[in-house]
Amino acid sequence: MAASRQFSVQVEVLLRDGIADPQGATIERALPALGLDGVTAVRAGKSFRFDLAAASESDALAQATVVADRLLANPVIEESQVTVRPSGAPA
Amino acid sequence: MAPRIGVVLFPGTNCEYDAIQAVERLGATAELVWHGATSAAGYDALILPGGFAHGDYLRPGAIARFSPVMDTVAAYAADGGPVIGICNGFQVLTEAGLLPGALQKNRGLRFLCTTTTVRVERDDTALTTGVPVGTELAIPINHFEGNYTCDTATLDQLRDEGRIVLRYVDNPNGSIDDIAGVCNAGRNVVGLMPHPERASDPLLGSEDGAVLLLALLRTADAAAPAA
Repeated sequence: MAASRQFSVQVEVLLRDGIADPQGATIERALPALGLDGVTAVRAGKSFRFDLAAASESDALAQATVVADRLLANPVIEESQVTVRPSGAPA
Repeated sequence: MAPRIGVVLFPGTNCEYDAIQAVERLGATAELVWHGATSAAGYDALILPGGFAHGDYLRPGAIARFSPVMDTVAAYAADGGPVIGICNGFQVLTEAGLLPGALQKNRGLRFLCTTTTVRVERDDTALTTGVPVGTELAIPINHFEGNYTCDTATLDQLRDEGRIVLRYVDNPNGSIDDIAGVCNAGRNVVGLMPHPERASDPLLGSEDGAVLLLALLRTADAAAPAA
């Protein structure tokens, strides 16, 4: 069996442009109370982190992309960005 | 024989007994189908009722899609069995890919709990068979993520194929093309955000939902094997 390595994965999920983002809009409306009135285009999303054992970095990215596209994000209304980096020694 | 309706119960579903009571009052028999069930044999129709399946964690319907029963529901639907998703059940059906599109947060950013008027657009689906097109029904909604959306190609397809089943007369939540309910290509899977079971008794202020549930029971009756 091919040796597997550990990878740290981060998946960021944001609503697509044009999809209502009540959290982002509400945060933006609250900011003037801090005396900050130059903040615009606030978008609220979700961030997921997990560890993944895979044969290679490209394999890890492929697997993490499946997780992102098939579970963490609904492609009809959301877009995801996957970041993979090696963590620790070969397992 | 009275049609036998299965009402799918996920952890966090909360409208299952409303659905059972409503269809039993209209002459059906109904029972709960646990989300771990791997068979829907013997049911003449399935209802996925409202609530917060799996706590609505991640997104409404996102985890429910992986419940074992959903493979059963998909196979049942593929065989032509009538499947109705109400509110959260509609969200589950879209996440499972049994219906197109998605339900995003309401325009106006508010949870909505109010009676809406919906217009029946098709008389040939599992939930509207025999209901005259243009019939207007007063049925409550109760949701935060009820704003139906899909890409332009999907919307064109839904229009061309006559798969928009119900439209809001006065769009409460920003749904694209005023859509309150859609169906699959086979017309046996229907999802809608309004709660017909909550408008099925004079005590509830409207009996208009019974019009849709009776249509479902007619469909179920027709789907039932001759006894």
